[in-house]
Amino acid sequence: MSTLAEMWPFLRAGFTNTLVLLALSLVLSTILGTVLASMRVSPVLPLRAFGTSYVNIFRNTPLVVMFILIVEGFPPVDIRPNIEAIGLNTFETLAVFALTIYTAAFVCEALRSGVNTVDPGQAEAARAVGMTFTQTLSVIVLPQAFRAVIPPLASVYIALTKNTSVAAAFGVVEATAQLSRMNEQTVAGTGVLFFGIAAGYVVIVWVISGIAAFLERQVATAR
Amino acid sequence: MTEAALVPKSAEGGDSALVVLDGVNKWFGDLHVLQNINLTISRGEVAVVIGPSGGGKSTFCRTINRLEPIDQGEIRLDGKPLPAEGKGLARLRADVGMVFQAFNLFAHKTVLQNVTLGPIKVRGKREQDASERAQQLLDRVGVADQAHKYPAQLSGGQQQRVAIARALAMEPKVMLFDEPTSALDPEMIKEVLDVMVDLAKGGMTMVVVTHEMGFARTAANRVLFMADGQIVEEATPNEFFTNPKSDRAKDFLGKILKH
Ligand SMILES: Nc1ncnc2c1ncn2[C@@H]1O[C@H](COP(=O)(O)OP(=O)(O)OP(=O)(O)O)[C@@H](O)[C@H]1O
Ligand SMILES: [Mg+2]
Repeated sequence: MSTLAEMWPFLRAGFTNTLVLLALSLVLSTILGTVLASMRVSPVLPLRAFGTSYVNIFRNTPLVVMFILIVEGFPPVDIRPNIEAIGLNTFETLAVFALTIYTAAFVCEALRSGVNTVDPGQAEAARAVGMTFTQTLSVIVLPQAFRAVIPPLASVYIALTKNTSVAAAFGVVEATAQLSRMNEQTVAGTGVLFFGIAAGYVVIVWVISGIAAFLERQVATAR
Repeated sequence: MTEAALVPKSAEGGDSALVVLDGVNKWFGDLHVLQNINLTISRGEVAVVIGPSGGGKSTFCRTINRLEPIDQGEIRLDGKPLPAEGKGLARLRADVGMVFQAFNLFAHKTVLQNVTLGPIKVRGKREQDASERAQQLLDRVGVADQAHKYPAQLSGGQQQRVAIARALAMEPKVMLFDEPTSALDPEMIKEVLDVMVDLAKGGMTMVVVTHEMGFARTAANRVLFMADGQIVEEATPNEFFTNPKSDRAKDFLGKILKH
């Protein structure tokens, strides 16, 4: 067991980074995904077209390619000096960008499938009362879509959790990256290390699933 | 002073015209659902729309608050053409009450919230004022004691009466009803029709798609018989039911009176 104790500082540092990456990209991709989903159900054709193209492009681009494009500086304007100027960790910030842009497409589709479970008569009644598109969506449709959205959204967040490990390959020191480092530094059994890393991810996923199950029960009793 | 200045504001025979359809045409693909509809509904008038299934009655009703856009012609409400989209259209819809066949009460809101939501979100009323007014309206339609239940806990007849209260809470200029009783069990039809007759007697302008001839006879000023996208016949209820002019109407009445 001494090996695990020795490695604890590495593991902890790695998982702290994983959690920060996860939390930031989860919040940002949820916001962006909600905006995209609103576009996809909007009556305005250009907005609908934009939402659809976004989803088609980014849902079908492998995450690693996203990372190469964003982290390895494909953007014609190199934004990295600007990121450093405002005092952020460049790699981590770019990793959050990549994860957010990618995950938002999936959040959008999870929300849209939820919106489609709501009886169109609900939106029609809201419009007939004089609500604007935004009010109809936020007051009537999305709250009712919420219940159907929880399970697919939890899957999206679980996938995101695992996807944070892709950041390892691009220099962000998160949990999986710590594993490769430790392997270089110690002769200890890699089995134990794998176990430690895997257990960490299991805990995160377990927390997400737990929250989802709790929310589902809450929503079920609230009507 | 020119002659034009002496003429009442709107060109449709003075201020009495509330809803005007002017050469309205609409297609669903190849299907010409509304064929050159010209119609004026006056303030306080109750018009019943009747006709065979698929004749375009719902579509006609839904164009009046632009839930269905039209392809040609113009619809004016209180002298103003319906706005195309956006805030203006939302404001217009607030002035047009609509009652659906399937009630469409907001499923995640209580009965009271169903009635207060529009006044609060759309008219910007204070919650307290909206609630007081909603209670009065719920009382008027006879469901005051259900205010804190969810729609799914109510009978169909009760839900439809709540839906009427929800529409009334916006203080609409005109109310549209699309087969408000056809999803109801027979014993609940009367409680909804009673509320509608009351409204009609109170001077509300109403467009009602229904096959309830009792309602048409007691409450309507005019029956519009609609078939194949056209208003085939217009008459007083008495004229229409006792002496229909068109073969289409005779045929239709023959069918619904037989059983
Ligand atoms: N959204 C739509 N897309 C395509 N066709 C439609 C649409 N809505 C209605 N229709 C068609 O238009 C015609 C008129 O429909 P509408 O619902 O207005 O008739 P209705 O007189 O209300 O009939 P019912 O008595 O059955 O309610 C029908 O043939 C219907 O199939
Ligand atoms: Mg219909």
